[in-house]
Amino acid sequence: MADHLEVALVAAERTVWQGQAKIVIARTTDGDVGILPGHAPLLGLLQGGSVQVRTVDGEYFVAAAPDGFISVANDRVSILAENAEMGHDIDLEEARRELEEALAAGLADADADEVRLAEARVRAAEQTS
Amino acid sequence: MPANLRELRDRKASVSTIKKLTRAMELIAASRIVKAQQRAQAAGPYARELTRAVSAVATFSNVDHPLTTEKPNPKRAAVLLITSDRGQAGAYSANVIREGERLNQLLREDEKAIVPYISGRKGIAYYTFRQRDIAQSWSGDSDAPSFARAREMADALIEAFLTPTEEGGVDEIHIVFTRFVSMLTQRPDVIRLLPLEVVEGEEAPAADDVLPLYEFEPSAEEVLDGLLPKYVASRIHYCMLQAAASELANRQRAMKSATDNAQDLIESLTRDLNQARQAQITQEISEIVGGASALADASAGSE
Repeated sequence: MADHLEVALVAAERTVWQGQAKIVIARTTDGDVGILPGHAPLLGLLQGGSVQVRTVDGEYFVAAAPDGFISVANDRVSILAENAEMGHDIDLEEARRELEEALAAGLADADADEVRLAEARVRAAEQTS
Repeated sequence: MPANLRELRDRKASVSTIKKLTRAMELIAASRIVKAQQRAQAAGPYARELTRAVSAVATFSNVDHPLTTEKPNPKRAAVLLITSDRGQAGAYSANVIREGERLNQLLREDEKAIVPYISGRKGIAYYTFRQRDIAQSWSGDSDAPSFARAREMADALIEAFLTPTEEGGVDEIHIVFTRFVSMLTQRPDVIRLLPLEVVEGEEAPAADDVLPLYEFEPSAEEVLDGLLPKYVASRIHYCMLQAAASELANRQRAMKSATDNAQDLIESLTRDLNQARQAQITQEISEIVGGASALADASAGSE
């Protein structure tokens, strides 16, 4: 058993981040799961859309992965989301404004895709800073 | 009688301009193919992981999902035809449209009604010219399709598929697109999108690559529910990327032969032009010689 995880954060059109990590914390529909090396194979849907990763170098980052899913097998963790993004690439002010716009546009429909996407980006950016 | 000199010169100039144009288009297409291939490669990891995950769920749970269930008596079939937005690509659009017509014929023989969905202005023009109904169409980015566009198409198609047949839904969905085999070969191809048959990506999995026993969170059904629409979008995106690369390869080839033809035309026009000019000079000389000798004869006679 390896002492680290091989993590890949993949968006539809590119690989956002790839590297080795000590722990990955993701929020699935059933609650937060922390994934350490040796975790049992898992396939889960992400909810809330932010994923926390601590790399082997002790670095810590948060990524936005709205409507994504996570798959864990043999110490390989893949996080797939169409619009995956690194938390520090997101401009918090801009993300907040987008969230407000999305909320204003879809007042009745708090579950709209745009709202969820904006929420995930704000959350990731907040946790980063 | 040689053609008018000025006329030949004009024609040569216009063919030279055409040659410059086609040459430029050839180079543009060539540079874009590289980008299209890179884009296809960049989309690879997402498609691969998704396929793996979907196969895992499909293998380890006997879930009957609406998207994977064959309807007992299919009556209406949707056909998504992926063509290009612009011409100048040889027979690219014509070939894929012909493949689409063949599929339509097959479906009609099975007594299924056809619901056409079209991507690309060329296909839309073909259908509107023949005054056929189009269920929905998309155009504008055939040579660099985005995932958002594929997602939009997937949403529309899935919605049609989940609608009961009596209310205008469809029972199966096919995609007609052009597969990019190599720079030299692109083949029109048909795949059935829904009901879904899960296939392992492009490469077959290695023998020792056994799928692990996954735990599902929250449950296999819900995971499948979340994954299948993504998988459908990813399949459509894959088809569109293939079609984009094929379109550019076809355009490059068509423009290359247009450039070569223009060059041939310029050479033969140059030859005609030289011949006409030489004939004119010869005529002028013989006129001068004729005039001079007539003068000499006249002055000799007067003495």
